[in-house]
Amino acid sequence: MRTLRFLLQKEFKQIFRDKAILRIIFLVPIVQLLVLPWAADYEMKNINITVIDHDHSPYSRQLISKITASGYFILQNYTASYKEALIDIEKDKADIVLEIPASFQKNLITKNEAKLFIAVNAINGVKANLGGAYVSSIIQNFNQQVRMQWIQMPRFSPQLNIEVVPSNWYNPQMNYKYFMVPGILVILVTMIGSFLASLNIVREKEIGTVEQINVTPIRKYQFILGKLIPFWILGLIVLAIGLGISRFFYGIISAGSLWVVFGFAAVYLLAVLGLGLLISTYTVTQQQAMLISFFLLMVFILLGGLFTSIDSMPHWAQLVTRADPVSYFIEVMRMVILKGSGWADIKNQLLIVLGFAILLNGWAVVNYRKRY
Amino acid sequence: MNENKAITVDKLTKKFGDFTAVDAISFDVNAGEIFGFLGANGAGKTTAMRMLCGLSLPTSGTATVAGFDVYHQTENIKKNIGYMSQKFSLYEDLTVKENINFYAGIYGKSNQFIKEKTSQVIANLHLENEVDKLVKSLPLGWKQKIAFSVSIFHEPEIVFLDEPTGGVDPITRREFWSMIYKAAESGITIFVTTHYMDEAEYCNRVCIMVDGHIKAMDTPPQLKKRYNATSMDEVFLKLARNAERAQAP
Repeated sequence: MRTLRFLLQKEFKQIFRDKAILRIIFLVPIVQLLVLPWAADYEMKNINITVIDHDHSPYSRQLISKITASGYFILQNYTASYKEALIDIEKDKADIVLEIPASFQKNLITKNEAKLFIAVNAINGVKANLGGAYVSSIIQNFNQQVRMQWIQMPRFSPQLNIEVVPSNWYNPQMNYKYFMVPGILVILVTMIGSFLASLNIVREKEIGTVEQINVTPIRKYQFILGKLIPFWILGLIVLAIGLGISRFFYGIISAGSLWVVFGFAAVYLLAVLGLGLLISTYTVTQQQAMLISFFLLMVFILLGGLFTSIDSMPHWAQLVTRADPVSYFIEVMRMVILKGSGWADIKNQLLIVLGFAILLNGWAVVNYRKRY
Repeated sequence: MNENKAITVDKLTKKFGDFTAVDAISFDVNAGEIFGFLGANGAGKTTAMRMLCGLSLPTSGTATVAGFDVYHQTENIKKNIGYMSQKFSLYEDLTVKENINFYAGIYGKSNQFIKEKTSQVIANLHLENEVDKLVKSLPLGWKQKIAFSVSIFHEPEIVFLDEPTGGVDPITRREFWSMIYKAAESGITIFVTTHYMDEAEYCNRVCIMVDGHIKAMDTPPQLKKRYNATSMDEVFLKLARNAERAQAP
């Protein structure tokens, strides 16, 4: 215990003397949390639309103003022909082209039907999909309004009478930030854990001080604990800072108990620290450790369900996500913070992450050698 | 077990794949002597020393350090030795005092012992004004002297010094050797590798390694006599002239 105390003392002194590490620990989380949630927003806004109105009727104008008033679209341009509109798409000025044919209003009233043409720039698949869907639904809506106006209420209503009233649970305003911020917090905690711990150990290898440590009677477990405990504490501190930021800047107040959040994070950090330790046992320079951590983190984030829903991944990818500790923490964070889940609800995830912690640390300890 | 032997080595060998870095070397080091381990770069000095310190597992052969076996009792060996490596081994971002404190602490020394001995060591080194400065702000010669003091702070039986004076100016080297003598007088066995041949003259006995083998081992005066040389430099050149892997890693 005394040896461990000396190790911890040394480690904390070094960490608090290293300005670069301090910046990483305290500044990076703040900046990431303040910037990322605004950027990683799937709600499509600012979709540029170019309109070709051959009709110039009250109806066509009504439709256009309905589209622009929705808040999702920016009316980019009016053109006289489809050809000119295509140029807007080619120059990436427009995402969607809406063509209204000449006798739009007339056909709608007399023939009871009218055709519209929509062209979508599908380079950005998400934007194209959602933009197209938004336009379609606005047109649907417009269509209904017109029918209500013109068609006398018949005995048999031609319209379906099923009314759908959605109710958004756990995130009533469908605020995308409520979804993203807990996930981004997970990434931050993961970075502190795996990146910093492995870099720290590999740095001692690079400088040569680890050799000096290896000729002392320090036990393997003492050295490893001396490295893990400081970053475990730092990880929890970063989580606390992050939760503070999400409360004050985004008004996200955890629906569930913070004990559950921190309890899970404490176990989760053991797992990612184990990963960092494992990386350090396989590498000799900080560059190597950095590149491997970076690669793994990339995979973990993309498979972790931060940006894309795991449920919509192909089956094999879903199986792979089960080996991704990040996915469990993201899931738990969203469950606890948005839904208020308790210990019983996250029991499975907790046990799995505990398994990861035991496996990764065990592997790292076996692979860590004092003697070559 | 012979009480007077600090280190016994018998046919100790280390292979890295096909490459035999140390080829069946045998020697003894008497307790309390200054034993010089000489050789060109790549002769196998550092590898041999690393095996004795428990940093490297021998391929074959036997060896004991302070009476403990290098295969199975490395933890006991580590309690009884000090080590100063080729690479600079103090923490640059800690102060002189913090470094001493840390290394003494992990050897399990009491706070009382650490406190008393620290002021003694600092006084000997004349570093009273530098104790609270970060090590990285000090010149190399000072750092090496501090590193040596740290390596014998816990009063080990044997201290291993791996090219301790590399890159240090002649005056500091002389001071360094007077520190080594002082340590030897207090009963610590010194095992030192070097490729400065003038330093070899300071040793009680030297052993010259060439290409993983021991080419000669005796007191410096005896060696000079045997090889009909006026200095150790000449002895070394005569022995190492035919070395094949002068610059091998």
